[in-house]
Amino acid sequence: MSSLGSMRAKTVAAAAAAAALLLVVGCSSNDSTTGGSKKDGKVVITMGMYGVMGFKESGLLEQYEKEHPDVTIKAEIAGDEQTYYTALQTHLAAGDGLKDIQGIEIGRAREIAETRADKFADFSKAGGTDHFLPWKQSQITTEDGKVLGLGTDSGAMAVCYRKDYFEKAGLPTDRDKVSQLWAGDWKKYVDVGRTFKKNFQGGRVAYMDSVSGLFNAMVYGYSEQYYDEQGKLIYDKNPAVKEAWNLSADAADAGLSAKLRQFQPGWDPGLANGTFATAVCPAWMLSHISEKAGEQNKGKWDVAQAPKGANWGGSFLGVVNASPVKKEAQDLVAWLTAPEQQATIFKKLGNLPSSKEALDREDVKNVTSEYFSDAPIGQIFGAAAKEIPDKQILGRKDGAIKDTFTRGLVLVEQGTARDKAWNTTVERIGKAVG
Amino acid sequence: MATSTPKALAGEERPSPSPKSGGQGTGRSRRSALLHRLDVKGAPYTFVAPFFVIFAAFSFYPLVYTSWISLHRVELATLDSMTWLGLDNYIALWNDSRFWNALQNTITIGIISTVPQLLMALGLAHLLNYKMRNSLFFRVASLVPYATSVGAAALVFTMLFERDFGMINWGLGLVGLGPVDWEANKWPAQLAISTIVIWRWTGYNALLYLAGMQAIPAERYEAASIDGASRWKQFTHVTVPGIRSTIVFTIVLSTIGATQLFGEPLIFGQGPNGVTGGADNQYQTLGLLLYEEGWNNYQMGRAAAIAWAMFLLLVLVFVVQRMIARLRSRTS
Repeated sequence: MSSLGSMRAKTVAAAAAAAALLLVVGCSSNDSTTGGSKKDGKVVITMGMYGVMGFKESGLLEQYEKEHPDVTIKAEIAGDEQTYYTALQTHLAAGDGLKDIQGIEIGRAREIAETRADKFADFSKAGGTDHFLPWKQSQITTEDGKVLGLGTDSGAMAVCYRKDYFEKAGLPTDRDKVSQLWAGDWKKYVDVGRTFKKNFQGGRVAYMDSVSGLFNAMVYGYSEQYYDEQGKLIYDKNPAVKEAWNLSADAADAGLSAKLRQFQPGWDPGLANGTFATAVCPAWMLSHISEKAGEQNKGKWDVAQAPKGANWGGSFLGVVNASPVKKEAQDLVAWLTAPEQQATIFKKLGNLPSSKEALDREDVKNVTSEYFSDAPIGQIFGAAAKEIPDKQILGRKDGAIKDTFTRGLVLVEQGTARDKAWNTTVERIGKAVG
Repeated sequence: MATSTPKALAGEERPSPSPKSGGQGTGRSRRSALLHRLDVKGAPYTFVAPFFVIFAAFSFYPLVYTSWISLHRVELATLDSMTWLGLDNYIALWNDSRFWNALQNTITIGIISTVPQLLMALGLAHLLNYKMRNSLFFRVASLVPYATSVGAAALVFTMLFERDFGMINWGLGLVGLGPVDWEANKWPAQLAISTIVIWRWTGYNALLYLAGMQAIPAERYEAASIDGASRWKQFTHVTVPGIRSTIVFTIVLSTIGATQLFGEPLIFGQGPNGVTGGADNQYQTLGLLLYEEGWNNYQMGRAAAIAWAMFLLLVLVFVVQRMIARLRSRTS
């Protein structure tokens, strides 16, 4: 009896140990699939995306499936790009868990091009992809001419402003006249702020949401930003960066900023309660503003031309080499980023096309925004996109450097002397990218 | 066939005795004795094996791998290419003002959250220990904050402490005080983060104390009250000494918790500011610094070095604590 009992116990124990081992072994098994497959003419393509890239939201994926009955698309969308990119990096390193098509944010483009070019399919010979703005395509092209992805939206900038507040400050409210106020020079935008602050009647309203928006707009208007063409770090020597820093610090010292942080909690109630009068806004920010500022502020906002063209944000779609349906995935990417589809997304969601052809389409030019006082955003952002320098030199750590400058400007907004904040920022970047 | 089978079977059965009936000498019985010994000696190990296999895979291996990584330059994007650095990551950490700043913040936030928290828990436990109606309700209620997720709690507190539209600044305005920019200033920020920690853990510790208090024999209180000891005297002379071991246990737990403080400051700061613990690192803890190096700067080697520094720090704290305890027991 006892020996039978112990036999059973032994079996149970052995099974438990085996299960534990299996668990461990199972974790390390490595079958580098991407989820995509091709069987009996049926094709499954998987996509990894983040935020509101617009392909699913606008119904384009469904449309493609309808037009290609053999194709099934499985799209997975992560809300937060930072989380998405961290996971993508580990998947690339492990060669496991990838999707056939992966979204790539502009701030990551260089890092991918420099460290992971071998993992992504080349679009340079795919053909029919020469409709992009020249600077867009160059951002994802490697030194030896490989194109690792195709552009989705772009981040041409304008200035969003509150008409009612401008009126209370005795400033013009018509968007053309407002554009004239600061045409050609960001310094004039800050000067208008000084006038605004002096003349504004009625409550505590700051001129701009945060000076980091201004800083980004200025820096991204130049070909060379934080890196030079040879890939050397020049963030601390580039006169463009220093100029942007100084003007932003001027604005902070003059008390023009609401000291908010964009896309962080205080910003949204700031929009809803109208605590600031202007925000430098890339095209993709419009939907955020209209959503957070809400119905009660509809028609109070308007969009004016920015003093100078600049690009902030935008994404790409790449296809991984490990994909078993590489050809089909590349076809899908080419279709999704074609002028017609980019136009559809712009009309439905406001993500500005990065395709030159799309920007020239009549139906894109004629797009207006009801929320922003019927502003002709197709024309405003289209014109801004063409003003962006043809060459945009990105670097591996652009995202981290931008974030650190933003933090440095927060220090200035909180009262730290600008030279001290500058030195702190340069030192921090040195540690982060070194 | 039919006749040969039973014979063959019987022939085989006869010389094989059951393990308990003795019969040593034959190979078969020696094997079964061995099996028996294995059963007695080996089975317990087999039973505990699942835990240790999992421990080895998910705790020990990462620990070793982390220490290996901490001696290299490794980036998250290119985990497969490592450059040997030796102790350079540790030396750089030692010379890095951010590390000392984070260590200091970890200690100050730890103190201003742990000390009031444990004192309040002690008081709360004392109150819960009274005989009163609905005591079960209050006991369960005190555990509710602990059951809420860090994320939810931190998010709510972040909104309460918001500069422009937060409830706390609104309340301060009502009593005629100016608004405080909680997030931007060092001590207000640390105080706000401590509030989240205190809110979450006080009830939990109170229940631990309560359990300890209920193990104190009622006669001691009776004797004390016959001797004329007041409620307060009873509390300091009977209750507190009676739950001393529980208090030590909560201090140990809180120290570990404070060293690893991460979620509250991360969410309190929101986004890039959370990772760096404010624009001026004014509330960056060691946990956040680790996260910043690993998942903001993608320097896995440096992040691993910080993880090991944190581990060694905890070991150091416990060695010191043991030494103090030993010294105290020797002097008393």
